Amino acid sequence: MALPAEASTGFKFDNVKRNQLLGDKGYKLPTATKTGTTIVGLIFKDGVVLGADTRATAGTIVADKNCEKIHYLAPNMYCCGAGTAADTEFTTSMISSQLALHSLNTGREARVVTAMTMLKQYLFRYQGHIGAALVLGGYDVTGPHLFTIYPHGSTDKLPFVTMGSGSLAAMSVFESRWREGLSREEGIELVKDAIEAGVFNDLGSGSNVDVCVLTKGNVEYLRGYSRPNERVFKEQSYKFAPGTTEFIDPAAAQGEDATAMDVSA
Amino acid sequence: MRTATAVAAPIEAHGHNHWSPYVDNGGTTLAIAGEDYVLVASDTRQSDGYAINSRYEPKAFVLSNNAVLGTSGCVADAKRLCEVLEQRAQLYQHKHDRQISTPALARLLSNTMYNRRMLPYYVFPVLAGLDSEGRGAAYAYDAIGSMERVTNSCFGSAETLIQPFLDNQVARNNQRGADPERLLTRQEALKIAIDAFTSATERDIYTGDYLEIFIIDAAGVHKETRELKHD
Repeated sequence: MALPAEASTGFKFDNVKRNQLLGDKGYKLPTATKTGTTIVGLIFKDGVVLGADTRATAGTIVADKNCEKIHYLAPNMYCCGAGTAADTEFTTSMISSQLALHSLNTGREARVVTAMTMLKQYLFRYQGHIGAALVLGGYDVTGPHLFTIYPHGSTDKLPFVTMGSGSLAAMSVFESRWREGLSREEGIELVKDAIEAGVFNDLGSGSNVDVCVLTKGNVEYLRGYSRPNERVFKEQSYKFAPGTTEFIDPAAAQGEDATAMDVSA
Repeated sequence: MRTATAVAAPIEAHGHNHWSPYVDNGGTTLAIAGEDYVLVASDTRQSDGYAINSRYEPKAFVLSNNAVLGTSGCVADAKRLCEVLEQRAQLYQHKHDRQISTPALARLLSNTMYNRRMLPYYVFPVLAGLDSEGRGAAYAYDAIGSMERVTNSCFGSAETLIQPFLDNQVARNNQRGADPERLLTRQEALKIAIDAFTSATERDIYTGDYLEIFIIDAAGVHKETRELKHD
């Protein structure tokens, strides 16, 4: 019987047992950058507003103070990503590419449900190992749509949604203030306040607020819509005088002592 | 090769559902000793995981002999340790009819911590005060009482960010031509402490909200509070 051909795409599990053994022996595996995040979306009178904070973390350290978490999917669709940074970026860009081909094939603008179905089927195939938690929003021929997609592939369709480590803080704002028929300005303001609730009350979220407004035939991406965390000036300069750094001159020292650069001339 | 054999993911291999009496409440404390003063600075954020318990819960405590105990680690343990130390300082006063000196208090703290060798206080303290000659004295400890007198020290969640900065700017390590023995003036120390904390707040999620700075000199303890970022 012929052996099945080696899969050219997808995950390979060849190293799982080896890594488990190394882990048991105390070898630490490299950790991925997580976007311990606040992302939100809501439906207003004329469309959808998406929002995200801009902090990316690696453990307890802030890896990126101003990252972009609202990803482009299609001309009429954007998608916020929480979870493992690489997974959200690659998942959205791959689905974006497939949606572009889909539009070319059909000669129509892709629908939001199509993107949602592609995303959930892709994530379900990997049984939660792709750590992407998404908020998908868009405006298509059937009107405005808003979904959440969990890493295991389940989806929700709701008028207001939050995701990420700051989702509880953000949801508390939505639960107290969202109503049907919000105006555009009210929707943006509510999204900003929800993200800021995450920024200030969740340690995984921080820095700025990005907002994206999707209406019929129009998208407005408001990068850095709110910047409530500007860095303060330092108390003094830390510029070193020339010649401060030790260095070894291979010609003069012949591999012996460290000497400093002559800066007298 | 893709096979049908399912291999367990390594995620649940290390079951860590054991309850622990220790909590790390985050936050950072530093001390810088000078010729006739010593400075202690700490942020006031108290956190648990991704949640903030309090934006203003000071973790540096002024003791009755005008020494300041800066802490980091588990807040409950830090507060209890401070109480015990203060009680023992009072007992010392009643027994000897004089206030305990900072070096004696430093040793007393070390002994108090080593007493809990097998179930330590989860605290990394710095004790700051003036020595018998009136010079600034800072003592740094590990959780079980190992003690060292230092000119600068930093403990807590931003320790790995701030300590190298202090080594370079206070102890003047790796600076050719700089005098490592020269102690900082009050103003220099204050600026470095502030810059250390505003910078650490940028990159450490557990450090932020407010900064409390104590300066101890012959005149007593002077405290000032500044705002740090809240995100």
